[in-house]
Amino acid sequence: MENLFPFGVWHYLLGGCLIGAGIALLFVGTGLIGGASTLFSSVCSFFSQRPFFQQDRFVGSRGWRLVYALGMVLGALLVSVTAGAGPATAVPWFLLLLGGFLAGFGARLGNGCTSGHGVCGLASLQLPSLFAVCTFLATAFVTANVVRGLGGAR
Amino acid sequence: MNARTMPFVLAAGVLFGAGLALSTMIRPEIVLGFLHFEDQGLLLVLGGAVVVTLLAYQFAPRLLGRPLAAEKFAAHPAVLDRRTIAGAAIFGIGWGMCGVCPGPAVASLGAGNWPVLWAFAGMFAGAWAQGRFSPGRVA
Repeated sequence: MENLFPFGVWHYLLGGCLIGAGIALLFVGTGLIGGASTLFSSVCSFFSQRPFFQQDRFVGSRGWRLVYALGMVLGALLVSVTAGAGPATAVPWFLLLLGGFLAGFGARLGNGCTSGHGVCGLASLQLPSLFAVCTFLATAFVTANVVRGLGGAR
Repeated sequence: MNARTMPFVLAAGVLFGAGLALSTMIRPEIVLGFLHFEDQGLLLVLGGAVVVTLLAYQFAPRLLGRPLAAEKFAAHPAVLDRRTIAGAAIFGIGWGMCGVCPGPAVASLGAGNWPVLWAFAGMFAGAWAQGRFSPGRVA
């Protein structure tokens, strides 16, 4: 066990259940599905008049998605203030920028990310989401290890 | 969104962000450690989140009939097609490069992990580029 989880298990389990409690509360209270990545497309609807961004699924959801994002920032702030924040990341800025770009592009092309397909999709027992999760885990494993091999992150 | 749903949305976001911070998933190094096979904690986080969400998704519609502050429960059916798989593959490449996914990119702003702003900015640009250059069929 200590080989698999050198940092312990309880903060992972409790944190995971809190994430689930948030997405569950959103559904129970409002009926909405709480993936994170759609936020980025729906905020684009504020400044891009392209028909894609002006679809109702973005324009109609941007209000609650911004409030949801504000809550996420506050939740992380609360934990950081009470339990302490970890050190700032040492991942180089160009990997963050390029990785972020590809993650944003891919999540929106595939209609979901770790929370959209990973949590919401799996929790609603959707086979396409299972395929998506297996696909992004596979490419992420390969990429992370190739980048490390090249001397990138750590 | 109306005034009745807003407290639920905000509280849900707070729980989500607190969970991401408590589980240390907002730290790229922890995510990359998982992808480097050094620590399997991410699976516990994902598992815990899926189980709790699954209970709500399965039982809330049956027990409540309608959400507490809205008219109906939404469904977000995923489609198994080339866009979903290609998107997931590209997403994984980016995630494996930087260790940041959309939820933590947002929540990091509250944890003062400022370099993650690079990933946040990249994600915005990526989401815009997807809608600009690869929108697919627009309904």
